[in-house]
Amino acid sequence: MKNLWRVLPFSFILLFLAGCGKQNLTALDPRGPVADMQHSLIGLSLLIMVFVIVVVAAIYVFVLIRFREKPGDNHIPEQVEGNKNLEIIWTAIPILLLIILAVPNVMDTFTLADTETDDDTLVVNVTGHQFWWEFEYPDLEITAGQDLYIPTDTRIVFNLEASDVIHSFWIPALAGKQDNVPGITNDMWIEAPEEGVYFGKCTELCGEAHWLMDFKVVAVDPDTFDEWAQGMAEPDSELIEPTEEVAAEGREVFEQNCLACHAVGGEGGNPQGGPDLTNFGERTVIAGFMEYDDESLEAWIRHPEEQKPGNLMPGFDQLDDDEMDSLIEYLNSLKVLDDE
Amino acid sequence: MSNAKAQKSVLWDWLTTVDHKKIGILYLVSGGFFFALGGLEAILMRIQLMFPNLGFVSAQTFNELLTMHGTTMIFLAAMPLLFGFMNYIVPLQIGARDVAFPFLNSLGFWLFLFGGILINLSWFLGGAPDAGWTAYVPLSSEYSGTGIDYYVLGLQISGLGTLISGINFLVTIINMRAPGMSMMRMPLFTWSSFVASALILFAFPALTVGLLLLMLERLFGATYFAVDFGGNVVIWQHLFWIFGHPEVYILILPAFGIFSEILATFSKKRLFGYSAMVFATLIIGFLGFMVWAHHMFTVGIGPVANAIFAVATMAIAVPTGIKIFNWLFTLWGGRIQFTTANLFAIGFIPSFVMGGVTGVMLATSAANYQFHDTYFVVAHFHYVIIGGVVLGLFAGAFYWWPRMFGYKLNETLGKWFFWLFLFGFHLTFFVQHFVGLMGMPRRVASYLPGQGLDSLNFVSSVGAILMSVAFILFLVNVVVSVKNKSEADPWDGRTLEWGIPTPTPEYNFAQTPLVRELDALWYEKMHGNGKLKAAEPLDDIHMPNGSILPIFMSLGLFIAAFGLIYHVIPVTVIGLGITLGAMFIRSIKEDHGYHIHKEDIKKEEGVG
Repeated sequence: MKNLWRVLPFSFILLFLAGCGKQNLTALDPRGPVADMQHSLIGLSLLIMVFVIVVVAAIYVFVLIRFREKPGDNHIPEQVEGNKNLEIIWTAIPILLLIILAVPNVMDTFTLADTETDDDTLVVNVTGHQFWWEFEYPDLEITAGQDLYIPTDTRIVFNLEASDVIHSFWIPALAGKQDNVPGITNDMWIEAPEEGVYFGKCTELCGEAHWLMDFKVVAVDPDTFDEWAQGMAEPDSELIEPTEEVAAEGREVFEQNCLACHAVGGEGGNPQGGPDLTNFGERTVIAGFMEYDDESLEAWIRHPEEQKPGNLMPGFDQLDDDEMDSLIEYLNSLKVLDDE
Repeated sequence: MSNAKAQKSVLWDWLTTVDHKKIGILYLVSGGFFFALGGLEAILMRIQLMFPNLGFVSAQTFNELLTMHGTTMIFLAAMPLLFGFMNYIVPLQIGARDVAFPFLNSLGFWLFLFGGILINLSWFLGGAPDAGWTAYVPLSSEYSGTGIDYYVLGLQISGLGTLISGINFLVTIINMRAPGMSMMRMPLFTWSSFVASALILFAFPALTVGLLLLMLERLFGATYFAVDFGGNVVIWQHLFWIFGHPEVYILILPAFGIFSEILATFSKKRLFGYSAMVFATLIIGFLGFMVWAHHMFTVGIGPVANAIFAVATMAIAVPTGIKIFNWLFTLWGGRIQFTTANLFAIGFIPSFVMGGVTGVMLATSAANYQFHDTYFVVAHFHYVIIGGVVLGLFAGAFYWWPRMFGYKLNETLGKWFFWLFLFGFHLTFFVQHFVGLMGMPRRVASYLPGQGLDSLNFVSSVGAILMSVAFILFLVNVVVSVKNKSEADPWDGRTLEWGIPTPTPEYNFAQTPLVRELDALWYEKMHGNGKLKAAEPLDDIHMPNGSILPIFMSLGLFIAAFGLIYHVIPVTVIGLGITLGAMFIRSIKEDHGYHIHKEDIKKEEGVG
């Protein structure tokens, strides 16, 4: 009970901060061990800093009230040179406070940098492009674009790369960021104990559409993840050769217009191209930020430049309405998980 | 007719002046102009961010605004404004008649101005730089338009001016102190200007090298940074931050100096722990160089480097803390007067402490992975730079205005300005700490609705509008107070600059003063007749002649830069020719200056 007064303000601050922001986006409501570790470090530093502010504020307020000039007061204050003991005190105390912060920080820094892998680790190569994300699973030999699927309760190690400029990979609710630097491979690890969709963002200025370079992290249970990976690696034939008439037409339109850049089920695409679309129909947003519906999809395909300035996809305004409808139907049909 | 002639000569006088006081005012006026420009850019950004998904400016324009806002505020506003005060005040504080190299002083100013104009012309000539004020490669080297060329060359020219001025101040402070003014009797503003100048001497060459490499890469196809040809993009970041981190201290240390002067003056006490303050300044200056990589925790320099730079960065909090407590104890036991200048100094303490503690939080490398490149960082460095540097500039303005311009700024308007500005400032930036942690990266042209970022961004923009209104109040104050004539020593000052007549004579001190103690003027007030003792008999004073050459040297580089940007080699050659020609004339022309005769001095000083 004696320590209660020390714990109280701390809990209050964290309680207050936890209420901030959108779930699965904010760093103040961590959803995984990495973000947790960083959150408690933020809490510890905040606690120390609030202590410093309180001490300074107390002296400050006292001094300003007590020693203000009063009307008619003309005295000359004593010209004090200084005070060695006081100087020592306010040198020593900050040093102590900093040591309290520095020790766990150094430990955490090394813990977070430990990206050793074993058989149970899932490795994902993350490549930042202007302005979208590519997720390659080297062990599973699959590549996904924009939506990063991960299994829950699994240690995941990212290898971070960039194809053009510097990007920075950030999933606030799961982990702090690391940069995607051209010519260099950085790594980091995360774990996501809870299923859910987490928001990810690019945090390094990378050009015009920097602010729209969002992505989603979809954490699913390991079984569903296996099913998804299976579907990505060997999409059922229905997907490659759609049976329904309209979607088959759409497939044709797709092959003529999109396949040069976008791969589906391991076919098509090129290294400088756009995101892999194998599971496009399962996305919640288009291009990382637009509401997923037929209308937005058409707007995107016809004039991507208007939606996301600076992106490299050319517009396909030449498609007539029928072609567009069937293309959209085909894209909607691109799913690798069973609907339930 | 005669009137027009007189005006022309006034203009000529200002264009050719080598008087440190006039150059100081030139710095203040042009720095003030750029400050307003940078503020305008900020306000446009805050309007754009007031609501989610707003199309007030395009993403491209937004990137240009954020780049130019940062570049302008750091290089073209904060530093020149501080140089303005340093130029005017430092020679006076050390009892000197001028700076060591008056011609170079003028050259430094004109280089800065032409560089600043060059960068800003990019707005009208094909687009401003858009890769952030840090201009990280390869975005700036391979993926940006000509705007970056303006950035590279403009900063190169104005950086040259800064380096020249920094060296000038180092020599001035070492060599030109009045008799009796030992290093440990120098006022804190002079001390901090000295350390800041030393930082300039070591930091700016790193920037120069970085910019040179970037220039070679952009204009001549060099491959220092081009990964496909074996380059490395992290080199730029190291070079930039080896300059960029000390730059923060180049800005904040003189501001610390200003606060030290003002808090002592308006509490009627000598600075508490003077020698500790001096050593803290030196240590901050030294550590400022040792911690640049804390800007790069997420770049992948490894846990060992991250840990070392984290701890080294945290260490800066110790000397800074020493300063904060010494300021508080300067006030302790004093007779505190709440003038506008002192309000800014007092308002600085909690504002800056806020910025300082978030600095320590950012230094926590493992947590920095969450903070880095978010609005948390934006909040932090605005707390430091506005809460420290800008409040210092305004404090210095209200404090030294009577010395520089002969009139006092209106106190009532000044206090309105202070409260509105301070309130607007905290409103703008306090909430940004949370916006950042809630998932908003910095340098985003907008944000999506429904992510919980709307209301705090709105609050932040309202605060920014209040700050602009406050700044307009300051401009009004400058104009309406003109008739408010001031005496020579309006604040009952402590240091040498208050011991001479107003307006300040062009030779500063009729006789070089003899310094007997720290706070020399205060000492004479307490222990003498209140007048500075003379260290020499009254005699003719040697003065340097003005010169138009600095403008031509700067203009030549300005023209040469256009040749480089548009790949027109003859223009570059002509430009460099003008510069070299002016340097040649400067070298061969004998210029012995002139003398002010002691009879004239006697008349002006009203003696004999």
